[in-house]
Amino acid sequence: MNWLRVYAIVYLVFLYLPVLLLPVFSFNDATVIAFPLQGFTTQWFKELAGISALHGALKNSLFIGIVSATLSTILGICAARASTRYRFPFKAPIMGAIMLPLVLPEIIVAVSLLVVLMQLGFSLTSWTVIMGHTLICTPFAIAILSSSFQGLDQSLEEAAVDLGETRWGAFSKIILPLVTPGIVASFLIAFTISMDEFIIAFFLTGADPTLPVYIWSQLRFPKRLPSVMALGTLLIVASLVLLSVAEYFRRRGIRRTGAKDSGGFL
Amino acid sequence: MLLLLAVPLATIFAFSFWSQDFLSIDRTLTLKNYREAFTDPIYRVFLLRSLWISGVVTVVTVVLAFPIAYFVSFHVPPERKALWIFLITIPFWTSYLLRAFLWKVILGFNGVLNSGLLGLGIIDEPLTFILYNTNAVVITLAHAFAPFTILPIYVALEKIDRSLLEASQDLGEGTARTFFRVTLPLAMPGVVAATLIVFIPTIGDYVTPRLVGGPDGLMIANMIQTQFLKLNNAPMGAALSVLAMGAVTLISLIFLFANRRFLK
Repeated sequence: MNWLRVYAIVYLVFLYLPVLLLPVFSFNDATVIAFPLQGFTTQWFKELAGISALHGALKNSLFIGIVSATLSTILGICAARASTRYRFPFKAPIMGAIMLPLVLPEIIVAVSLLVVLMQLGFSLTSWTVIMGHTLICTPFAIAILSSSFQGLDQSLEEAAVDLGETRWGAFSKIILPLVTPGIVASFLIAFTISMDEFIIAFFLTGADPTLPVYIWSQLRFPKRLPSVMALGTLLIVASLVLLSVAEYFRRRGIRRTGAKDSGGFL
Repeated sequence: MLLLLAVPLATIFAFSFWSQDFLSIDRTLTLKNYREAFTDPIYRVFLLRSLWISGVVTVVTVVLAFPIAYFVSFHVPPERKALWIFLITIPFWTSYLLRAFLWKVILGFNGVLNSGLLGLGIIDEPLTFILYNTNAVVITLAHAFAPFTILPIYVALEKIDRSLLEASQDLGEGTARTFFRVTLPLAMPGVVAATLIVFIPTIGDYVTPRLVGGPDGLMIANMIQTQFLKLNNAPMGAALSVLAMGAVTLISLIFLFANRRFLK
């Protein structure tokens, strides 16, 4: 099946084409983004250091990302534990409703939150963005954490209780250490999603834009494009590092619980 | 958490029956927004175009993705499968905004593709049919949703018992007939899931049509944004959101019903 292999490689090129162009043009010594290349420069990266609006947006995004990732991971732990360990009435519809934001168009989530906030008279701040991001990150957190909770042997917890631990003691001393890799992976994934998310932030952000909203505002100015490319390169390097760390922890978690590796995050 | 989602959805539903009275919201129930949405051709054009673009994107993405999922599942040695899946998902974790923008850079009049092809002497003048129209939107979205389609199809293919395929061949079926009569029907749950995972979110996509769509490639999400943030007519925007959601749900249900025999 040689033609299938050729097709697969062509397809991978298609997948990576935009991502690979980013570093190429961020080092290109020309303001126009086109071939042929003009020579090597690092001036676009140096330019980034001098834009204070960018630094504000970056700080804001980091804050929103960390808080949303923490909140959605905590909610994810509760939901994943509840759904794998306990039975309760209306379990399937409730879990379905929590996972709904995965398939709901993001613009719908954004405008409906905006409408509610307008009606309640809230002003738009970073916290409103955090609310929206927590909402869309939680299903991902649950998906990752469910697989770590599912791999657990229930008798471990029962053994701890039989040996005199309290319920909480068994949870914090036995279960938590075993699912820690899953928690780290879930936090990193949620953080990455929040850092990248545009539409909800675009609708719900107040006076301080997030990084994607800032980038969006810069795309209109052709003169700024090379430095946007440089910024994009840095962002991609950062997400690759985060993802590799997340993948490392996910694999370690699977090894620890003795389950078989079944592939990627989804 | 449930409230955080249910309350906004209920509010948007309620909003769609209200109307904008200059600066305040008139809360008497009315079907005015829906009447306007159905009679004013501009809304109809936007809604139908969104459904059409999403449909095309879905077909293109799933058809392009199936061979990849098939290749990884059937022709890659087991120990290298995780690596392939990881390779396929990496581009998906880079900023969606930047990826959409990069397609604009690639497809543009003076863009990477045109300047590259001109430089190589393959074409004499820039290709214009690839930016600021629906083609560009389809290419960009097909790229953005690729991992979403490959993964569910791959998972479905992985579940197929390989001895069934051997049995089919032993009983005298050819490779092609085995594929169409055994492999494909068994992979259908993955294909159906992939279809819905692409179709539903693309309807609400804002960034791609705005960046690469040009005036003829704008979709319903752009109209919803205009209603909310530019025209300050939240009820009309809400009505359009409800209509878009309704249309998506209806089509998805019809699609599920049409494929019910594969989903048992």
